[in-house]
Amino acid sequence: MSSRLADLAISDTGFIFDPGTGATFNVNATGLIALAALREGVDASDTGTLAARVRERFPAAPPDLGEHVSDFVRTLRQMGLVAASERTRS
Amino acid sequence: MNASARPLTIAVTGLNATDNPGPGVPVLRSLRDGARPGERRIGLTYDALDPGVYARDLADRVFLLTYPSAGAHAFLDRLTSIHERAPLDVIIPTLDAELPLFIALEPQLRAMGIALFVPTAQQLELRGKAQLAALGRAAGIDVPETAVVASVEDIARVDGKVRYPLYVKGPYYGATLATCREEAIAAYYRALAAWGGPVILQARVRGEEVNLVGVGDGKGGLLGPVVMKKLALTDKGKGWAGVTIRHEALVDVAARFAAATRWRGPLEVEALRAGPTQYHVIEINPRFPAWVHLATGAGVDLPRVVVDLARGETPAALPPYEVGKLFVRISLDQVIDMRDFERIVTTGEIAHAATISASLRVRPETTS
Repeated sequence: MSSRLADLAISDTGFIFDPGTGATFNVNATGLIALAALREGVDASDTGTLAARVRERFPAAPPDLGEHVSDFVRTLRQMGLVAASERTRS
Repeated sequence: MNASARPLTIAVTGLNATDNPGPGVPVLRSLRDGARPGERRIGLTYDALDPGVYARDLADRVFLLTYPSAGAHAFLDRLTSIHERAPLDVIIPTLDAELPLFIALEPQLRAMGIALFVPTAQQLELRGKAQLAALGRAAGIDVPETAVVASVEDIARVDGKVRYPLYVKGPYYGATLATCREEAIAAYYRALAAWGGPVILQARVRGEEVNLVGVGDGKGGLLGPVVMKKLALTDKGKGWAGVTIRHEALVDVAARFAAATRWRGPLEVEALRAGPTQYHVIEINPRFPAWVHLATGAGVDLPRVVVDLARGETPAALPPYEVGKLFVRISLDQVIDMRDFERIVTTGEIAHAATISASLRVRPETTS
């Protein structure tokens, strides 16, 4: 897990503040679950585990959930919140 | 009552809280937030229409100053006259253009019982825009390529070294982006007309602007550094909103500057972040910035530190600042009685408590 990901201030509403850059973001409930898993130590490349965490909470999630999670991780990587070397593994 | 036992009277300059705001109003707000019993705040300013003159809850009294361009003698005469009317213990100058004069007059002011905590003339020169690149090389601080020009011919001589686009800067305020020699020459004349020389050409570097405020203790230490990123800008590039962020790399840059110069007084470091730990320092201002009240709101009352240091006292230990504290500036209209304006124009002085009472007395009676 990157130190920037660990430093994020994340509220229950999905509002996120990056104390190192001043940037703010919003994520939905699904994104919050994925972020929580990443901060617990799940590898960003392990999108299968991330998707499983989301499905535990939302059993009716669509079949292409894994692709959505991969997109989310890609966005985090582009923002520098997930290390670029961590490749997606689904 | 001796001087050390009576409540302090602290004067602050720079009440021009316009769209290019002076730091006087936020410094006064910080002092008000942490005011000690009986303490008095005095505003010192140059123009009867400076908005801070009429902010009644900030200063007990406000006095007009003589412009520094009138010379040291006239400036000191005016300060002496103010000191007779309202004995001052500390002055916090907040404007670049007046600082050389306050530095020059510090011995006389100290003899009058007025304390300052300002840099020395040599320190001021070291961080000047014209000298900043050399200081950067000496202190290991990354400063964009810079050249000082004294004539149009100089621009032609150095613009091969500092490539376009570049910024043309006056000694105190303002920066104009020039994309070619013709634009640089036009900007050179504008800067010269506004502020006089020297005029500086500085290479444009890209990055996200982050700023730091702190106080140098005069012994090489840096007290209470707070880092802020601007979130919204005016068309003059002034921060209209910002947030405190954690950035140890910039604190380290400022600490190296304070150590190298043994900086004495407030400072603001303006930097562009080119990478997670890479900074280009574009300016170091020898005063508080207009956003200093954000630092106070984040837990670090730097104007109070300056008051303590000016009086030879050890400031209280400063807590770490709160990261994620925002400021959002506001523009509002102050409605002023013509008598208030008359007072400041004709007497150069306004006492807010008296003014409020007077305005209550002259309020027309209502009919029921």
